[in-house]
Amino acid sequence: MAEAKRARPVPTPETQHYWDGAKAGELRLQKCDACAKTYFPPRPFCPGCGSRKVSVVKASGKGKLYSYVIHHRPAPGFTPPYAIAVVELDEGPRLMTNIVECEQTPEALQLDMKLEVTFEKLDDDISLPLFKPAKG
Amino acid sequence: MRRNQVAVVGAAETTRLGVIPDMSQMQLHADAALNAIEDAGLKISDIDGVATAVETPQQIAHYLGITSTWVDGTSVGGCSFMLHVRHAAAAIEAGLCKTVLITHAESGKSNIGRTPRMIGPDSFNGQFELPYGVTTPASMFPIPVLRYMKTHGITHEQIAMVAVVQREWAAKNPRATMKTPITVEDVLNSRMIAYPFRILQCCLVTDGGGALILTSAERAKDFKKPVYILGTGESVETPMVSQMETFDSSRAFRTAGPLAFREAGITHKDIDHVMIYDAFAHLPLYGLGDLGFMPHSETGKFIADGHTRPGGKLPVNTNGGGLSYMHSGMYGMYALQESVRQMRGIAPAQVKDAKISVCHGVGGMFAASGTIIFTNQT
Repeated sequence: MAEAKRARPVPTPETQHYWDGAKAGELRLQKCDACAKTYFPPRPFCPGCGSRKVSVVKASGKGKLYSYVIHHRPAPGFTPPYAIAVVELDEGPRLMTNIVECEQTPEALQLDMKLEVTFEKLDDDISLPLFKPAKG
Repeated sequence: MRRNQVAVVGAAETTRLGVIPDMSQMQLHADAALNAIEDAGLKISDIDGVATAVETPQQIAHYLGITSTWVDGTSVGGCSFMLHVRHAAAAIEAGLCKTVLITHAESGKSNIGRTPRMIGPDSFNGQFELPYGVTTPASMFPIPVLRYMKTHGITHEQIAMVAVVQREWAAKNPRATMKTPITVEDVLNSRMIAYPFRILQCCLVTDGGGALILTSAERAKDFKKPVYILGTGESVETPMVSQMETFDSSRAFRTAGPLAFREAGITHKDIDHVMIYDAFAHLPLYGLGDLGFMPHSETGKFIADGHTRPGGKLPVNTNGGGLSYMHSGMYGMYALQESVRQMRGIAPAQVKDAKISVCHGVGGMFAASGTIIFTNQT
């Protein structure tokens, strides 16, 4: 029997650029040309002002740990205990993620610790943005 | 909406609560509905409005044999029933219907005839949350709590006290699932589910249901102990817990709550009794802060100091809550039932001379919110 894998996202037309970016090793956000708001999740208009004039921008990939839980129950593709985290990007938006290259303990996972993006390839089409403690 | 124009004239839960493997979810709906209709002294043919969540109003209307002129299928999670009360009150006042039945039922434990709730892999949740290992609400709902604790200076012991206090209330309630007293130490030594929360800080999983009957205040005079709707509020924020505006507070809470207080024309000192939907132990803290009872930084101490326990100055979650009374999956209906019991003066842990009750609900993981303020005074 094949090992259970983590849930695989299925891109939609308005999110395709995000997943194309992840596949290319880039974290892509969107920025409003009218009001300059940087936002996530992907939409072809600004959720701040409603403008349809928006651009895809490459994010720095840097952020800090905003909050998390350490889940102790089983989930497909995970070995408990594992942290489910929310990272606050330097550009402002927050996203859910997992923290890798780090002990999954309250002692190791300190709120506001600096993080940087890394990518885990799930298959030929999907790479998933994850975060690890920033160097230096 | 105007104050006291609509009243609850029938209220009941399913005959049994807990583990009910011999009844389907629809049977539970009907059991609760028939109990509420009987409580009101009405017949099914008197009902012309139907509201429910997860199931559709047409399923309920057909199953019970109701011909409706108004329905509401608002399904925003566990507080859907607060929104139904608000919408039904507006509909009755507008003359769209005269007598509304609101039902909830969930075979949450036994899973008999349960309507599945699926998250598509191409939805926002499916693309941006599910791949990170979220499964049950226990893996998602507590995600904001560490940030809330850091911002507001709340301790693990203070949040553990939520479970301890609610068990004290549950001990007074013969229908509560869990009645054995617990200590802060018991809570903090119980099995870890999703750090920082342990099993005693997570809601129960049970079967059950509840129903309400609403009509105009003018007609309500002919019924026993009508409970009037003094103020209402509602809001939604986001289906993704990761996308909340902030983890220091809930935007849906702080929109819905103050709306209800303004409509009711009351201040916090007028409140005798409070229900705050407690799927997990942090929710009463968010609720007390976002509804303006006190700054968020004081919520933990307020509970730890015993002000919400039996005999305290602000009784909260007097049925034992989702942590100790029951939680079938959408607990909002049971919070409403307890507020109505308190206003009727028939609650197992009755707050003496209570005249105004605030009932605050959450849907999803802070995704939605509804607040209803009840009174037994005309």
